[in-house]
Amino acid sequence: MSEEKKQNGWDPKIAAFLCNWCTYTGADLAGVSRLKSSPCVRIIRVMCSGRVDPTFVLKAFENGADGVFIGGCHFGDCHYSEGNYKTFRRVEFLKVFLEQFGINPKRLRLEWISASEGDKYAETTLDFEREIRELGPLKLIKE
Amino acid sequence: MITVNIDGVEVQVAEETTILKAAEKAGIWIPTMCYSEILEPYGVCRLCSVEIIRGKRSRIVTACNYPLRMNGITVRTNSPKIQSIRKIIMELMLSRWPNVEVVKNMAKELGVTEPRFESLEKDESPDACILCGACVNICRDVVKANILCFANRGIKREVVLPYEEKNNQCIVCGACAYVCPTGHIKLKSLEYERGALRDFYLGPKTAINIPTLQAIPRVPVIDENSCIKKKTDGCGICSTFCEPEAIKYDMEDEEIEVEVGQILITTGFKLIDVTQMPQYGYGRLDNVYTSLEFEHLLNSTGPTGGTILCKDGTEPRAVAIIHCIGSRDENYKKYCSRVCCMYALKFAHLVKDRTSAEVYQFYIDMRAFGKGYEEFYKRLLDEGVNMIRGKVAEIVEGPVRNGQKPYLLVRCEDTLIGKFREIPVDMAILCPAFEPSEDAEKIRKILSISQSPDKFFLERHPKLDPVATMTDGIFIAGAAQGPKDIPDSVAQASAAAARILSLISVGEVAIEPIKANIIEEYCSGCRICNNLCPYTAITFNEEKKVSEINEMLCKGCGTCVSACPASAIKGKGFTDTQILAELEGLLSV
Repeated sequence: MSEEKKQNGWDPKIAAFLCNWCTYTGADLAGVSRLKSSPCVRIIRVMCSGRVDPTFVLKAFENGADGVFIGGCHFGDCHYSEGNYKTFRRVEFLKVFLEQFGINPKRLRLEWISASEGDKYAETTLDFEREIRELGPLKLIKE
Repeated sequence: MITVNIDGVEVQVAEETTILKAAEKAGIWIPTMCYSEILEPYGVCRLCSVEIIRGKRSRIVTACNYPLRMNGITVRTNSPKIQSIRKIIMELMLSRWPNVEVVKNMAKELGVTEPRFESLEKDESPDACILCGACVNICRDVVKANILCFANRGIKREVVLPYEEKNNQCIVCGACAYVCPTGHIKLKSLEYERGALRDFYLGPKTAINIPTLQAIPRVPVIDENSCIKKKTDGCGICSTFCEPEAIKYDMEDEEIEVEVGQILITTGFKLIDVTQMPQYGYGRLDNVYTSLEFEHLLNSTGPTGGTILCKDGTEPRAVAIIHCIGSRDENYKKYCSRVCCMYALKFAHLVKDRTSAEVYQFYIDMRAFGKGYEEFYKRLLDEGVNMIRGKVAEIVEGPVRNGQKPYLLVRCEDTLIGKFREIPVDMAILCPAFEPSEDAEKIRKILSISQSPDKFFLERHPKLDPVATMTDGIFIAGAAQGPKDIPDSVAQASAAAARILSLISVGEVAIEPIKANIIEEYCSGCRICNNLCPYTAITFNEEKKVSEINEMLCKGCGTCVSACPASAIKGKGFTDTQILAELEGLLSV
């Protein structure tokens, strides 16, 4: 990607890890309901948001993602009882970690979106895209 | 068995039988006043006095409580001596309570017309207390509330409440009023609470009843809140009548554990609580009903036998049927409850059919969506139902001029003519919104399945899989999934049953291959994963000093996979390599 395109016609890349039972289905519902959601989101389905290894997030940033979005079930609604609690804990840690790496923790977002909240999925992704656009492209100093 | 001779008739009775019972067996009538089948004999009226002769000695006893214990007793129930005793008793009673129906009738029966005495405590009211004691006895022996009692002696004797005050210990069972032969004890009708029993029912019920006529199984239940047995451990009369001894007072709700392979959720709906919308006057104004209540009123087994009547017993002159109470309403339920338009039309048709009342339908939009529904709507228009397009603002009591019958005033904007209108009616029927039944949320939590924003259960796919849920083996049907009418519910339930049967007939279920497994060589035995698993599928092998996963318990969420610091756990189908490759591919463009 040329520097010029990054400045003008730049589109953010957002990697999204969505849980199979809630947010992934919610995203599906957003599509079925013909709602406009962010086109920058690149979805990876995982069985549970608890499967999201912090390494995935770091790897995503390394591979050129400008933002990482993690979607899980609401508390108490997790298909696997409590996977989302673990995600919550990990993401909070990871944000501290990201800051130390020089990555704005705002580039990582965790949201609870249930299978019936297609509209919430559409709104949240659009909002996240707007936020990433404001932050601009992620510049990592690579050795 | 002992033999007794009553007025020349020989009868054989069991020992301890009273003379009254023996006489009954012999077909001989003995007059009684205070005697009641359900009470212990009290012998206070003395009217059942009889003469018993043993050898050469004769005695006067009361037949109701004299037990027969030996052979050779001769009873005379109608000797001149007895006749004169009865007459004197009757004359005394008649002189004191000349207008009481039971006393008058008995006096006539015994040939007493004019008493020779003048009573000092003469009570001329037709419902005077004749001091039979039935109320006191039933309160003490049967109900066991022990509230009523006698006070004073002689001619000053009377039935009173303790200290002659209103008593809170009275459980208002009504037993005393039931046994009172003269109607001296009256039950003051307390304003009955509509709230508690609103759904299916408009009138008083007994403590043991069949909840609805369509109840399955069709057996009576005991209402714990009004059953005397439950309150005071008295009564229990129903069990003495029940021959198969089916009545059990100590029965309690019990939890039964059943192992099943599939679950069909059909928790249905309830109507929204209309009292939260005070503008419609429900619960406050007479003759404002919900649709279910009106349905009960229409029912031939309902409180009026299916006749449409106002609360004062007159036929309504005009009836308003008001759609969308709480449905399609931003303040309550945004969705359309779907069935109301059609049942409202049915109501209009039945009101037209059974009364000569004018019918007004207040609607936002008529939604006659099903097969034959539009035709029915057209037919109703021909029948002369007044259709007013507009949401009702409020229902108030109409201004009544003297002598006029009170009525309701329905206020609304008629959006078709663009004018504010006030329609006087005698009865208003509200069509409240559907909402999921109370327990739906509880079941949702137990099974951890999703609900739509409207709180009904969420189907796997709105078009392609409307009976299944996200969880395999759990299906939904009927109004639990969303408001729907009977044909739709039947169709969906049949579909769900077919889906369930198809799995049963196959006999085996294919399960997800997504499981986690531990590569022993990599596992350091740190045990981080052990506590993460919500299904306790991971255990620590003390011998090998590694963690192990029970594949039967593992559901494949992958929480442990991402937590393993040594990357010793692999999640089939979602391995690190797979996800990272996916990530790389997605972000490369």
